[in-house]
Amino acid sequence: MKSLEELRDLRKKVEKDIEMRKGLNKPKIIIGMGTCGIAAGARNILKTVMEEIDKRDLDLEVTQTGCIGMCEKEPLMDVQLPGQDRITYGNLSTDDVKKIIVNHIINGKVVDDLVIARLEE
Amino acid sequence: MKELALHILDIAENSIKADADNLYIKVLEDTNKNILSIKIKDDGNGIKKDILENITDPFVTTRKTRPVGLGLSLFKVAAERCNGFFEISSNNKGTTIEAIFEHDHIDRAPLGDMSQTIISLLLWENDFEVKYKHIFNNDVFIFDTKEIKDELSGTKIHNSTIINWLKEYIDENISNLRGGEYN
Repeated sequence: MKSLEELRDLRKKVEKDIEMRKGLNKPKIIIGMGTCGIAAGARNILKTVMEEIDKRDLDLEVTQTGCIGMCEKEPLMDVQLPGQDRITYGNLSTDDVKKIIVNHIINGKVVDDLVIARLEE
Repeated sequence: MKELALHILDIAENSIKADADNLYIKVLEDTNKNILSIKIKDDGNGIKKDILENITDPFVTTRKTRPVGLGLSLFKVAAERCNGFFEISSNNKGTTIEAIFEHDHIDRAPLGDMSQTIISLLLWENDFEVKYKHIFNNDVFIFDTKEIKDELSGTKIHNSTIINWLKEYIDENISNLRGGEYN
C-alpha cells in the first residue's frame, strides 16, 4: 500500500522539474465538464490527458469548464498552442485524445477530421 | 449516468461554482442495512429559497446557455429508482445534498471510479479543500486535501506526477476498504 510519506519524496522530484519549466508559454487544454460532458465521458477524457502528460513528460496547462451549449457534441476538448487559433474538438474517444496530443500538441498539426469549431487568436 | 461517482462529480462541481472553500463528500455503505448513502456538503454561496423549492425540476436552473439543468434531477431520479430518497437543504452558509440507495437494488449504478472523480475535482483551478470519507460497514477511509497539501508543503497538487500518484493511492485504499472490489 502507498503511504503519504512517499508523497514527500515525490514532491522533491517534482519541484526540480517545475523549477526547470518556469516561465514558458504553455500549450493549453480545456475540457468540458458540465453534466452533459460528464454523462458523455469527459471524466475519462481528462484521465487520458493526465496519463499522456505523465507518460510523454509534457508541460501543459489543463483546465476544465462547464457546459458551453454544445451538449450534443460532448465530450469536448479545446487545444490552444501559444499564439495560435483555439481549436475545439468534439465527439471524442480516449483514442482521439491520444491522437490529438501527438499530432496537434507535440507535432503542431491540427487533427482536421475531429475539429468542430475554431476560434481565431 | 453510468456510475454514482459521475453524479458525485457533477454535483460537486456545483459547489465549486458556488465558490465553496470546503467540500465534504461522504459515501456510506452498510451492506447489513442494505444502504448506500452519498452526502455532499459545501460552504458555498447556497441556493436561493425560491429556486431551491423546485431545484430538481429539469426546467429550473441558474445556467445561461439553455433553460434546462439536469444534474440534480438525474441524481434524485437515480436514488428514487432504487427505493431510496433524495434531500437537499441550503442557506447562505452552504448546501447539503444526500441521496440514499438500496445497496443491492438491481437498478443501482455501481459506485464507479471514485478516485478519478476526486482527482477531476482537484484539477479545477479554484483553491478549495476536499474531504472524502468512505465508510464500508465497519471500516473507514479518509482522504483530506489539507493533509495532502501539508505533505506537499507548497508544491502544487495539479502536477501530473502527483495527480497520478494520488489516484493510485485513493484506488488502493478504496479497493482495500471494499475487500478488493473497486467498483
